[in-house]
Amino acid sequence: MSISKGSNLFTKFSQLNFIQNTIRFTGISTNQNERPSGPRMKKFAIYRWNPEVPGEKPHLKEYEVDLNNCGKMVLDALIKIKNEQDSTLSFRRSCREGICGSCSMNINGTNTLACTCEIDENLNRKSKLYPLPHMFVIKDLVPDLTHFFAQYKSIEPYLKRKNDIQVGEQQFFQSVHDRAKLDGLYECILCACCSAGCPSYWWNMDKYLGPAVLLQSYRWIIDSRDEFTKERVEKFLDEFSVYRCHTIMNCTTVCPKGLNPGLAIAEIKKLMSGIWKFPKKDASIIPANIS
Amino acid sequence: MFQVKHIRSLINSINRLYVRQRVCGFKVDVDKRNQTAKHSAPSNKANYSIVDHSYDAVVVGAGGAGLRAAYGLSNAGFKTAVITKLFPTRSHTVAAQGGINAALANMDDDKWQYHFYDTVKGSDWLGDQNAIHYMTEEAPKAVLELENIGMPFSRISDGRIYQRSFGGASLGYGKGGQAKRCAAVADRTGHSLLHTLYGESLKYDTDFFIEYFALDLIMKNGKCVGVTALCLEDGTIHRFAANNTVIATGGYGRTYFSCTSAHTCTGDGTAMATRAGIANEDMEFVQFHPTGIYGVGCLVTEGGRGEGGFLVNSKGERFMERYAPVAKDLASRDVVSRSMTIEINEGRGVGPKKDHIYLQLNHLPSELIKEKLPGISETVHIFAGVDVTKQPIPVLPTVHYNMGGIPTNWKGEVIVHQNGQDKVVEGLHACGEAACASVHGANRLGANSLLDIVIFGRACALNIANISKPGQAVEPLSADAGEVSVSNIDKLRNSKGTLKTSELRSKMQHIMQNHAAVFRDGPTLQEGCEKLSEAFKLQDQLKIDDKGLIWNTDLIETLELQNLMLNSMQTIFSAEARKESRGAHARDDFPIRLDEYDYSKPIEGQQAKPIEQHFRKHTLTEMNDIGKVHIKYRPVIDHTLDVQKVKTVEPELRKY
Repeated sequence: MSISKGSNLFTKFSQLNFIQNTIRFTGISTNQNERPSGPRMKKFAIYRWNPEVPGEKPHLKEYEVDLNNCGKMVLDALIKIKNEQDSTLSFRRSCREGICGSCSMNINGTNTLACTCEIDENLNRKSKLYPLPHMFVIKDLVPDLTHFFAQYKSIEPYLKRKNDIQVGEQQFFQSVHDRAKLDGLYECILCACCSAGCPSYWWNMDKYLGPAVLLQSYRWIIDSRDEFTKERVEKFLDEFSVYRCHTIMNCTTVCPKGLNPGLAIAEIKKLMSGIWKFPKKDASIIPANIS
Repeated sequence: MFQVKHIRSLINSINRLYVRQRVCGFKVDVDKRNQTAKHSAPSNKANYSIVDHSYDAVVVGAGGAGLRAAYGLSNAGFKTAVITKLFPTRSHTVAAQGGINAALANMDDDKWQYHFYDTVKGSDWLGDQNAIHYMTEEAPKAVLELENIGMPFSRISDGRIYQRSFGGASLGYGKGGQAKRCAAVADRTGHSLLHTLYGESLKYDTDFFIEYFALDLIMKNGKCVGVTALCLEDGTIHRFAANNTVIATGGYGRTYFSCTSAHTCTGDGTAMATRAGIANEDMEFVQFHPTGIYGVGCLVTEGGRGEGGFLVNSKGERFMERYAPVAKDLASRDVVSRSMTIEINEGRGVGPKKDHIYLQLNHLPSELIKEKLPGISETVHIFAGVDVTKQPIPVLPTVHYNMGGIPTNWKGEVIVHQNGQDKVVEGLHACGEAACASVHGANRLGANSLLDIVIFGRACALNIANISKPGQAVEPLSADAGEVSVSNIDKLRNSKGTLKTSELRSKMQHIMQNHAAVFRDGPTLQEGCEKLSEAFKLQDQLKIDDKGLIWNTDLIETLELQNLMLNSMQTIFSAEARKESRGAHARDDFPIRLDEYDYSKPIEGQQAKPIEQHFRKHTLTEMNDIGKVHIKYRPVIDHTLDVQKVKTVEPELRKY
């Protein structure tokens, strides 16, 4: 696996992200000059369910939005619907720039972030908004991610060293080459699009960790400053934690940040099976030159 | 039907220690919130479920400052609860891009004393120099600590942490050229910082109360004894009794129409303090970040200019050379924002409406952009359709940060100013953007905020460990503690009003955007104050359509609007009262800084003006009378913590 400075196999797939965005929205995008004047009404069919209404079943509710008065992202449309038409609509959102991971949902069949997903401008099609698949729903588009975060906690997502050190007194050495190995891994925003799009995670989410959590565990496994590599890998030696991955690769296809969880899981499998030797790590310490 | 959510609530109830569950028929007072609750016929028979907790320490907010305080407290043995309305990694710290300042001297001969000087100058001599001393001296240790717990800093060839140039950073007390002081993780520093802090906090047994909306502080005889919160998942009200409360709720960018802030930046902590009778400090100082993407407002890091990018007007001129001959595009943010606004006002803006500026990065090697600025390359492509290696980025000064907030001393203890003295509020600390230590004064330097949050988050934890012990008796809350918060929720749910939350919020945002922008003047500010006061009164007519209690985002947005209103009133009224220009507060009618001496001339022979006649003082705003802002002032602290280590920087003319 050749790693060039500043990029690796993980980041090459961020180019795929730009292509994904284009493929996802193949509407017949009309030229600005040819577009007819007047309102451009787009239909949105949104999954609704209110736990406080006894006996209510989940259903799709339709809303119409004039795209001339709306931002170009699906989140803009959701906020417009909530502000103007139906303030009972509930969904998670925060940064609106694709870095916090709050607004992950299923848009027209694909898991992605609403804030970076452009509205399909084809007015003959309805945009369908569902919560993340196979997750318990708290209300409307809000899924329950408690189990997902509990799995994240279980892989111990922090640096582990063999010897106790006094934090703040030194820098850990890390070469540019070793730091480049983290590119494509540390950028994960824990949006859960990948895990919620993995059929294997759907069928075994209680025991299979899922692509997001495994990507993060690989981030700590190959961090050259972490000294518990062997222990981290050995913790997965059972039939379910890692080996439920069957390289379906929905995870890589949907990742809104262009990351490649499928590849990370493959690297973990290589370490677990012994095909790969554990990487030699330079965990030396540079004393701080603080006066 | 037995549902999973029932199992979950049952498990949660068993797991939480010291929990008493009671169904309470609260005496609901539908009138003004600030009065003690009186017995009145309840407006509805609905009971609110109340759950009581008892902790050694409670932290409100789980961004950088909140998480650092929380695990610092847990590490010291305190039974700690964190109340947060968002999952911790969704907090807006995650969106910070540029880096974190520390005089590590990895790439030049930097000293923390230079950082101290730059910060004091950046604050336009409104920062408290003891707090700035504390922050800049502790900075290298804090950044190394982050690296030691796993933060994936970018590296230089000898394996040390990479540091980039950033705004307002100099060597040799402003005379030695640009300093490379900003330790960075490509351009995703805030993201890595928050994820690293969250991962580290999982090592400790802190209790996280995630998606709980904090409503109010519980005060008793001027002492803070706890917090009330609403659980989004099941609509129960939770009262947390604690000997120590730390507020770390962030800023209030959403008072403006266009901001780099998240939808959730609604100033909940500063509003809670206002309702508790605590004055907020320096609210008029709102930082406009020079490079927010035109139209959307998403942030493009100052690191773009740090790596060699520059701002260009319609003539293709690198205009910052005229406004800041030495620092050019890396001058302090308020200077750059003002320069950009002047260029646009004088007709040299770009685009069909000539209303923005270009940030040019396409002259830089594409390898450099890919390695050092990958995050903004993606953001700019998604939101502006621009390829940074080929085209310039359309940018505009955008509301980004609030220098003001809850006043604290350098240890993080919240203070009130009585009889000319600072007095500590017992049981209450604050840190991060919600607080005003004040290390940023009238203007914050880039990369100092990520530093501020970890330093003062840690400072609050250390101070609490100093002044109290784990396991100390926590006084139980009185039966009616928190009743006003529940009254407010009940009133909103049963309101017969006609005004939508989104309409009133939009009204407030446009008033602020038009009347309290980069350049301000007396008549515009006064008009803004009047309009905002009227909008404030309209809150009585708010209605919400969603009457439920589970994940009722209509109710939450309305509670957030109440908080935003308090913040925006204090901002615009204190801006109107400050009749000078200082840092980020620039007035056309009072263009000069008014200090105790005229620092453009030698001080010898000058008589120092009394504090009532100059403006080198902190503004304190309180709103104990509903809808009215009362303004007081408090002196700036000029002495450092130790004159042997660094001396006070005397005020001078501020030029870049």
